[in-house]
Amino acid sequence: MAVHTSQSVAKAAGDDVARGRSRGTGNPPPPSRLRRALSVHWYAWTMVAPVVIVIGVIIGYPLVRGIWLSLTDANERNVARSIGVNDMPATYEFVGLDNYVDALTGGQFLSTLGWTLVWTVSCVAITFCLGMALANILNRRIAGRSAYRMALILPWAIPGFVSVFAWRFLYNEERGLLNKILGGAGIDSVPWLNDPTWAKFSVIAVNVWLGIPFIMVALLGGLQSIPSEQYEAAEMDGATAWQRFRHVTLPGLRPVSTTVVLLSTIWTFNMFPVIFLLTRGGPGESTQILVTQAYKFSFEISPRDFAQSSTWGVLILVLLMLFAVVYRRVLRTQGDNW
Amino acid sequence: MTTATHSTAAPATARPAAEHSARTPRKRGERSPIASVALHLTLIVASVIAVFPVLWVLLTSLKPARYSTTTDFFKETTFENYTNLIKDTEFLTWFGNSVVIAGLTTVLGVFVSATTGYAVSRFRFPGKRGLMWTLLITQMFPVAVLIVPIYNIMSSIGLINQPAGLVITYLTISVPFCAWMMKGFFDTIPREIDESGQVDGLTPFGTFWRLILPLAKPGLAVTAFYSFITAWGEVAYASAFMVGDENLTLAGGLQKFVNQYGAQWGPMTAASVLIAIPAALVFLFAQKHLVTGMSAGAVKG
Repeated sequence: MAVHTSQSVAKAAGDDVARGRSRGTGNPPPPSRLRRALSVHWYAWTMVAPVVIVIGVIIGYPLVRGIWLSLTDANERNVARSIGVNDMPATYEFVGLDNYVDALTGGQFLSTLGWTLVWTVSCVAITFCLGMALANILNRRIAGRSAYRMALILPWAIPGFVSVFAWRFLYNEERGLLNKILGGAGIDSVPWLNDPTWAKFSVIAVNVWLGIPFIMVALLGGLQSIPSEQYEAAEMDGATAWQRFRHVTLPGLRPVSTTVVLLSTIWTFNMFPVIFLLTRGGPGESTQILVTQAYKFSFEISPRDFAQSSTWGVLILVLLMLFAVVYRRVLRTQGDNW
Repeated sequence: MTTATHSTAAPATARPAAEHSARTPRKRGERSPIASVALHLTLIVASVIAVFPVLWVLLTSLKPARYSTTTDFFKETTFENYTNLIKDTEFLTWFGNSVVIAGLTTVLGVFVSATTGYAVSRFRFPGKRGLMWTLLITQMFPVAVLIVPIYNIMSSIGLINQPAGLVITYLTISVPFCAWMMKGFFDTIPREIDESGQVDGLTPFGTFWRLILPLAKPGLAVTAFYSFITAWGEVAYASAFMVGDENLTLAGGLQKFVNQYGAQWGPMTAASVLIAIPAALVFLFAQKHLVTGMSAGAVKG
């Protein structure tokens, strides 16, 4: 801690707005590093204190407790609970890493992880490509641009759970509009949500529909920040439209894209509402992603299996953090100082 | 495409369709009529796909419930779904619950995190890097990590099925998010303003309160709005923590209409419209600033 403090103080010498104070005190030999850091940084620390305290209490403590639960055999029957006036003490026991061993050696976690990865990669890839295409079209001069933009943003403006129900309405096998349209064209009705393969297709389609506006708007912002001189220069050099896209647009969008892809990967990986409200993970467990399965362990099966749910939760968190670190490192080796 | 030497300003205005026959080389930024048609077609198809599910819900809500699944656009247009929804279900209670819970979450979230956003944007201090990482990582927390321990803690202190419990839970989402986003907005306010405050003898708190906060009002509004929408649309915690008809939020209540035993599409669509309209209106108004704040915070992190 002390070493870190002094380094940061030294680094801070440059543009720190509030340095004036400490400069004013001249340069007396500091009584201790901590006191000196305190006198320079007390207001910054005071300002961040509320968030640090709140995060510590409502995120830090539950997180520690969750990790602890994942090392026990806690379930609905042995946690502390009150039945009427009787308070039952907790009777669950520490079981070490058993839950993790079970999760990683059993088939269920790995197969769910497999589908979660397919789901995440295909959702993000499709959403990103379509969002990129639409952003590029909208970035041209085209009649009615703002009307199109309005319409295309709409899926983002509607609360997610409402849209999911709207899709469920359309997907309904006997009476849904999609099958009626297909029926009108003489095509057999499609079991959109009742067949494992079709259900996978359907949930991805809904998530893409939900995700495009965010990517499109973000990329549109990025496109507008690319200086038009670059395009003019490329045209002067005889670059084709594709070459301009490949060598001017894509590099220009890089800072935005990296952020957007990171965010939407994490969001999609954790996309609870789409799966939960559309299929509840079914039919069978075929569309269950890690988050919904972990939820199911603790709230839908009986007895509720808190330990296994926590274990999955911790594993999900570890996976996401690994992903973020690797992603950032890859970007850094390619010369981004994100 | 020709390498026309026209200035960039020219092609925007001078483009009457009759002017260029097939022979004349196209100017910069112009395109063939076929390309124009293709672009418009793409946009129209995309817009229809984007709008249609929402529009269909709106149209269905205006049909009598017994015709919900017909394919007509209009059929005996009526508001009976809406009146039934408000008379016969707890919709207004759910709506009230959602407003209270999302509102409290937003106010508390913004209030707690405003100074942090400012400190992280302006000062260098030991622990800043760690704090930034914490804020970033907590936003990636899957529901699954926290839901079980929070559920257990809440049930041991009697906050399950209480709005207060859900508000506290939502703060785990909104506090890191608000702090992160407000950092982005504070970054866009020039530092010279802080410096002028310092010169005039304001403390850092005074600078923040009297100079920066008034300037950051649009940013605060957008942050607050987004935090409200997140709480408004949250499903997992709401479904797990709130039971009993009178305690549900909208996300839980809507599930009542559509379950494995059947679906009441009439009230469901009416409820959907009532939930979506206010959110959508404010959203379309605020979305421009939304992306700015979010990507600014993220890219400069």
